[in-house]
Amino acid sequence: MATASYNGHTVDVDGEGFMTDPEQWNREIAGAIADDLGISPLNDDHWKVIDFCRQDNAERGAVPGLRRIAKQTGVQMKTLYKLFPKGPGKLASKVAGLPKPKSCI
Amino acid sequence: MSDNETPRKLCIICSKGSLDMAYPGLILANAARMAGAEAMIFFTFWGLDMVTEKKVDKLKVSTVGNPSMPMPTMLGGLPGMSSMASTMMKKKIDQLELPPIRELIEILDDSGAELYGCQMACEMMGLEKNDLMPQVKDVITAMDFIDKSEGAQVIFV
Repeated sequence: MATASYNGHTVDVDGEGFMTDPEQWNREIAGAIADDLGISPLNDDHWKVIDFCRQDNAERGAVPGLRRIAKQTGVQMKTLYKLFPKGPGKLASKVAGLPKPKSCI
Repeated sequence: MSDNETPRKLCIICSKGSLDMAYPGLILANAARMAGAEAMIFFTFWGLDMVTEKKVDKLKVSTVGNPSMPMPTMLGGLPGMSSMASTMMKKKIDQLELPPIRELIEILDDSGAELYGCQMACEMMGLEKNDLMPQVKDVITAMDFIDKSEGAQVIFV
């Protein structure tokens, strides 16, 4: 299993850099991943999305798609694309320490 | 992906207007945007139905000439069959938390995908730009499409 190191924390990741164990995640790691992806500093809207993704994944066992994130958090679709340019579908999960989402919507 | 790399671009030609053929192209385009690729859709011929204000909410599943339909073609032609199949499919779509086509078009616009109608097809169907959903950026010719899709991967649906 590949690993990555963020701020001195070593975490397990898959071939695409998604963390494989959500339990290894913390907010400091999220900040470091966001740094790497060029989307820092994380603002309140970022955190709203990240916290929802983690909570939804824990409750339903699946990483939410963008439509679900937009509907449940009230953060508009357009804003999601501004918060996570270059692909909010993947990047929100990556920062949240979750696997690549299976939803296409 | 590094900053100076040109992002991947997908151009999808949507040419069919049945409910079952509307989703594949639109979902592909949406997946492209979610994954950080650029996306453009060119609606031509019956594909225009899915962005035509009067038709977008009334798209039907085709039960005739559709070899994957789990019923004999002769039955598929009976009155009401297409509506029944459409209702069943819409129920399934809802269960899967897929949006109706109108909402999917809005999502695509919000995502930054570029939507264009085909000029010749509009003329054939007697449609003008304002008959189409406002998310359609422009009505362009096939040659315009060729120019705009330069360097992109083109998919015909």
